[in-house]
Amino acid sequence: MSQQSPLNASSATPGATGAGPTGGWETVIGLEVHCELRTETKLFCGCRNAFGDEPNTNVCPVCLGLPGSLPVLNKQAVEYAIRIGTALHCRVQPSIFHRKNYFYPDMPKDFQISQYDVPINADGWLELPSGKRIGIVRAHMEEDTGKTTHVGGGGRIHQAAHSLVDYNRAGVPLVEIVSEPDMRSAEEARDYVEELRAILVATGASDGKMEEGSLRVDCNVSVRPEGSTTFWTRCEIKNMNSLRSLGRAIVYEAARQVELLAGGDRVVQETRHWDEADGSTHSMRSKEEAFDYRYFPEPDLVTLKPSEEWVDAVKASLPVLPAERRARVAAAAGVPSSSEAVATVVRLDLDHLVAAAAAAMVDGRLALRRVANEVAGELADAGSYDLDPEAFVGLVQMEERGDLTSAQARTVLKALVAHGGDPAVIAAGLGFRALAAGALAEALDQVIAANPREWVRYSEGDDKLTGFFIGKVKAATGGNADLRHATELLRQRRGPH
Amino acid sequence: MSAGDRRSVAAGHTRPAAQIAAAVRAGELSASTVIEDHLERIAQHEADVHAFNLVMADAARARAGQIDRLVANGTDPGPLAGVPVALKDLLCTRGVPTTCSSRILAGWLPPYDATVVRRLHDAGAVFVGKTNMDEFAMGSSTEHSAFGPTHNPHDLSRVPGGSSGGSAAAVAAGFSTVALGTDTGGSIRQPASLCGVVGAKPTYGLVSRYGLVAFASSLDQVGPFAANVADAALVLDVISGYDEFDSTSLPGAHPSAASLVGREPDGLRVGVIAELAGAEGIAPDVAARLREAADALSASGARVAEISVPSVRYGLSAYYLVAPAEASSNLARYDGVRYGLRVPGDDITEMYMATRAAGFGAEVKRRIMLGTYALSAGYYDAYYGKAQKVRTLIIRDFEEAYRSCDVLLSPTSPTTAFELGSKTSDPITMYLSDVCTISSNLAGHPAISVPFGTGDDGLPVGIQVLAPALGEPVMFQVAAALEAAAPQSAPGGAR
Amino acid sequence: MAQRISKNEVAHVARLARLALSEEELERYTTQLATVLEHAADIASLDIEGVPPTAHPFPLVNVLREDVPRPCLGRDEVLSQAPEVEADRFRIPRILGEAP
Repeated sequence: MSQQSPLNASSATPGATGAGPTGGWETVIGLEVHCELRTETKLFCGCRNAFGDEPNTNVCPVCLGLPGSLPVLNKQAVEYAIRIGTALHCRVQPSIFHRKNYFYPDMPKDFQISQYDVPINADGWLELPSGKRIGIVRAHMEEDTGKTTHVGGGGRIHQAAHSLVDYNRAGVPLVEIVSEPDMRSAEEARDYVEELRAILVATGASDGKMEEGSLRVDCNVSVRPEGSTTFWTRCEIKNMNSLRSLGRAIVYEAARQVELLAGGDRVVQETRHWDEADGSTHSMRSKEEAFDYRYFPEPDLVTLKPSEEWVDAVKASLPVLPAERRARVAAAAGVPSSSEAVATVVRLDLDHLVAAAAAAMVDGRLALRRVANEVAGELADAGSYDLDPEAFVGLVQMEERGDLTSAQARTVLKALVAHGGDPAVIAAGLGFRALAAGALAEALDQVIAANPREWVRYSEGDDKLTGFFIGKVKAATGGNADLRHATELLRQRRGPH
Repeated sequence: MSAGDRRSVAAGHTRPAAQIAAAVRAGELSASTVIEDHLERIAQHEADVHAFNLVMADAARARAGQIDRLVANGTDPGPLAGVPVALKDLLCTRGVPTTCSSRILAGWLPPYDATVVRRLHDAGAVFVGKTNMDEFAMGSSTEHSAFGPTHNPHDLSRVPGGSSGGSAAAVAAGFSTVALGTDTGGSIRQPASLCGVVGAKPTYGLVSRYGLVAFASSLDQVGPFAANVADAALVLDVISGYDEFDSTSLPGAHPSAASLVGREPDGLRVGVIAELAGAEGIAPDVAARLREAADALSASGARVAEISVPSVRYGLSAYYLVAPAEASSNLARYDGVRYGLRVPGDDITEMYMATRAAGFGAEVKRRIMLGTYALSAGYYDAYYGKAQKVRTLIIRDFEEAYRSCDVLLSPTSPTTAFELGSKTSDPITMYLSDVCTISSNLAGHPAISVPFGTGDDGLPVGIQVLAPALGEPVMFQVAAALEAAAPQSAPGGAR
Repeated sequence: MAQRISKNEVAHVARLARLALSEEELERYTTQLATVLEHAADIASLDIEGVPPTAHPFPLVNVLREDVPRPCLGRDEVLSQAPEVEADRFRIPRILGEAP
């Protein structure tokens, strides 16, 4: 792969404005996501698959790799793997397990049982909220490792004095999902992970808790001149523990590579470690040459050949997945499925509200707006909600008819989300209904009567008093007046000037 | 050397396991008496033989007493009631040291029992001890033990064979009535042949490997040693059968290995493997015993003919690529982290390297490196990959042979027992000992060695009967017929 | 006779297998491994391109177990066999490199 000088050297500096995020360069990203499966027990033995237990209390001869132990495959793990594969539109195929041989203290056998050239799921895709499809190369099964903690040196591996190993996690079932290098920005990468997580949670295979390590992401980043169709040298980045880290790491790494290439240097293919504290990636090159895993078929396990019936049953039992949900919400609201509001609604599991509005033939776009903005906002504040779809529909209908101003509708909605109830009753209780017919005019007349001197000045042209009167009206109506309407009425009272 | 010059402690006629069990169950014989007899023999001759890494005298006496109490209370202890059994030291025994004759596992106490150990225990067996072996089952003479070699009871200056030399010797010397060994390339059959006892390797998957410390996973099998064919079948029937802890364990029920023992081999078709009959490397006296064995079967009514199994000649090469490859992976776990020997190091890699250098013997290191090489980048297809294809050829050739034969016949070992130290300087010479036995492991087929006369040197010769997968019944049938027809001077044979 | 394996290759393989070898051992093993590989050359020359490999003697499929917990080992019994223990974990010397 040649390291040509960039087409447009002068703009090839990180952060420079240009067609792409790094001026004339395109970032190419592929992601490897490790997903812990929500089984009761480990992949090859009956030890509990649990997070946070006392160290080395969920271990047995098999997951400790004691001499003489043998693996036996967990049926539920296979079920979950098939669910993931079908949700990602993969081909589910007969597969075998391989041994991946290397020495590391968190690996009890000093080899990992994984899948190599014949994985259970292959050649799939997922659709981002933007509508772009990202290819999935494979989603295979493998066992997790134990956990090492490092003592001394601030808990970091390189300055540690010694280390301690807990094997509770060793043998936990994982599915590793490998994407095609189809992503072109940090945002797209984050969207991919969020979409994948939503899919994994929807299948029931994962709890999606990145913070507990049930979802782990490594990324492969390379850059190339915009318009190029070949792939340039990539680096693998590890140790990103959140979506934010992922985004920051990609941005940093792309810029690093562009700087190297722009300066006439080459990018070395290597694995790099993301350092959250100093916001950069570091080479992990040790004295060791590239790992030679010496893969060979696992002799202690037999071929896995899920029947057509099993795969069909899984397909039939999958819930509606996020992409389809977005399509349905978009159709109900009459907007494109790539709309951000649609993505928000689905992400927060609020589809049913939009669906209820559509069923009641209420203004879909209005309903969507209220859900994506107000309800979502309340959800963010309150953390939970208790919003009856019928009540929501009733509220939107009131706003649609003009019985409530948008400000009033938002207030009623807040109350509905927080306490439930009937929107008409709430509105009446807040005094909104009274303002519907003539109440505003009445309130204005009262304010004018109460402030004669100001009225005279205003009548003679002192527009600065507009705010004064509107403020009074607002106070008199408990802040629920439609202020534009009130201003209109005020002007009308004054008459032509 | 004539028999008179030779130091031999081989047991004469010993009481068969089936008889012991029957008598103990019937309350006619005390298990405690039985075990005392065997412990007495051990006390007399173990120092010369070194069959054991560990003699479990106290535990054996306690268990024997327990068996007697069960019988007294009217409970049936099982088909091996009171029978003394020796266990090869790579079968996990909970709380009892399991060393695989390696320094790297010296003193290791497994926290669990192997399935076969549990089954024998549940059948009333009394464990006498853990037997010596070639380290991690790699060898054909038991000279590669970290704890010193075992000596052949028929001639203490000679090897008992390997890797299950200790188990074979234990039975030959009368230290135990039966024993368990393991067979990856011939490690039960070859020592059985050299020690003049019966040794059988079952169909791959018939006997659980859970708790068997792995050498080459796709080849290893546990099997019995006994002084006679019927006892070997009895033990095999006790230990075989599906185990949910072993994914390679064959599901379903299988006919008993003993079911056809005693029936005449009338009309059975016996094929003498041409490639092993008088091949280069097969000693003339061994070849002569093979011909006599074939004749004896013929006289008993079998139809004997020569048959070619061409791929057999590639068996050694394929084996010495597949087995070390799997072994190199299986032995990676011995790294000083969780159990066993640890030699300190400044960092983990130093610790790994120092521990494994100090803990493994030369033969094990050789095979680990050979196996690592065969799997390494760039060499997989040429070595491991090719060897796995040769296995397919061997299986096909056997399938073809079994179209016209019910069982096959060959020598077990090319020679009788050789002298200690005579083959250790050149690994290849040692590897050639496996030429007759290896193909059965590669194919996953059962095979058994039956004592049949002696060589010119008066040392035992074993004849091998091979059968197709799950062909144990006919295999034991023919083995029993051979045993019945064996020359009277065959040592250790039941009358 | 050309060596089928060089000293460098043996040294590399020893490192992959985490075996420390003395210079003398390196020499000796190189000769011995070369001899074994020489003998294995008879199959290297076989033309068996279309022959499928045998990973298992019997083609079993779908050996699965139910996702039901089983009793595990007591921690004390496990750690009692450990060369070094600290805070209920296996203590090891410092690790210099990250996991692959």
